[in-house]
Order: sequence, then C-alpha cells, then structure tokens
Amino acid sequence: MDYVNIRRQAASIRKGLFDQGYLDEQFYQLEDLQDDASPNFVDEVVTLFFRDSLRLMANIDQALDKCAKDFNKLDVYMQQLKGSCTSIGASKMKTECTAFRDYCRDENIEGCMRSFQKLKREHSVLRQKLESYFQQLRQAGPIECATRPSK
Amino acid sequence: MGSGDSEMHVLAVDDSSVDRAVIARILRKSKYRVTAVDSAERALEILEMEPSVDMIITDYCMPEMNGYELLRKVKESSELREIPVVIMSSENVPNRITRCLEEGAEDFLIKPVRPSDVSRLCGRVRH
Repeated sequence: MDYVNIRRQAASIRKGLFDQGYLDEQFYQLEDLQDDASPNFVDEVVTLFFRDSLRLMANIDQALDKCAKDFNKLDVYMQQLKGSCTSIGASKMKTECTAFRDYCRDENIEGCMRSFQKLKREHSVLRQKLESYFQQLRQAGPIECATRPSK
Repeated sequence: MGSGDSEMHVLAVDDSSVDRAVIARILRKSKYRVTAVDSAERALEILEMEPSVDMIITDYCMPEMNGYELLRKVKESSELREIPVVIMSSENVPNRITRCLEEGAEDFLIKPVRPSDVSRLCGRVRH
C-alpha cells in the first residue's frame, strides 16, 4: 500500500477543508488535544458531532413539517446544533445556523426553510469530506501527524 | 487535597456529547481526574455519592435543570457549597453572566472552552 500517497491525499483533503471555509481554527484546537493518550480524539469527536447533528436536524425537520410553527422550539434545536458546530470548527454550518436563528427571530418560515436546506447541503458535504479524510488517515496508520497548512 | 488523591477531581456537566468530550479531554490533559455527565440531575446524584469533588464545570443551557439552577442547588447545600462552580455557555449574555457570578459562580467561560481557560482556573480548585 502506498502510504506516502495516502498521507498526501489526507493532507490535501484537510487543506481543502480549511481553504474552502468548511473548517476554522477550532478544528486545530481539537487536533492539539489529540496525543498518545487519546490518539483518535478528533475522529471520535467528529463522529459524535455527526451523530448528534443528524438527530437535531431530524428534530428540526419534524418541527418544520408541523402546521403550527414553533419558532422557539426551532431556535432551541438550532442553538444546540450551532453549539456543536462551533465546538468542532464547522464554520459554514455555523454561519447557516446563525442565519436560521435570525429567520426564527423574525418568524420568517420561508427563510427558515431555505436556510435549513442550505444547512443540510453543507452538512452533507462536510460529512463526506471528513469521512474521506479520516478514512485516509486510518489507512495511512498511526504515524500520520496532522500538520497545519502553510499560510 | 479535596479527594485525598494527588489528582484533582472535576465534575463536568454538559448535555452535548461533543462539548462533554472536548471539556473532558481538556481537563484530562491538564491532569485532572474527570467525571463527565450529561445532566444537572445526574451531577447532583454523583455529588450525593461523592461530595469530594474539587470543582464543577457545567454548561448553562441544559434541558430540565440548567447550569444556573445547578449552581444554586450547590450553593444552597451545606455539604457542597464550598465546591467552586464554573459555568460555560456558547452565548455571551451579560445578564446571564452577572446572575451566575452573583450566585457564587467561580467563573463564566464562553465556549469553545480552551486549555488556557482551564489553566486559569487551576488556582481556584478546592484543596
């Protein structure tokens, strides 16, 4: 197996995630928390994030389907999702969560729905890219060390 | 030392599994022993079984009982009131911060919490 190329691909995916604005500085903070005592910490936290975010987004979908829109409930769900996005550095998703909450405040249901569709797309793209990234890292083995992209 | 061990024992409370994992990791890297729970109610159960916790760090926004209410319960208890309580929140709401500090919170951290935030707290952990 060509580990050099696999590592190169992983590094390229990672760089792209930052360059295209999907991830921000907070992701570096997670990487800094990873060490020999917790060698898969970032992978584990990202896995938790996608598990929780799918659940929250399902709740939001259900709430948006109801005839009587409960903007308070929608805002609570989105506040939770935004918090998780902030914690892993999911920058584009965080921005869309903020937009959704603004629409909730204005009780603009069309705005909420548009924003939510965009959020789901961002979520899907981020998930696909991060799954690919971590798959490459696992294939490359434990020697792989994430390095910050050059500025 | 509060627990009688060399490691300080911190009780971390957050309903978000992501945030719970992150704060637990930050605390463990800072050499604290950590018990992480997902609700204030569970935190109170732990405190009843093991009152020799050296610090509580809790999220503010949680369903059922929030962090402020947990803070009040701790400060109302003769057994628990000496335990420093730190509140975390993703929202910077001045009234909320003031209310928590007036109720006796040791500090109020805006998420995402950083290792430097935890380093700043180490001098305030109960001995």
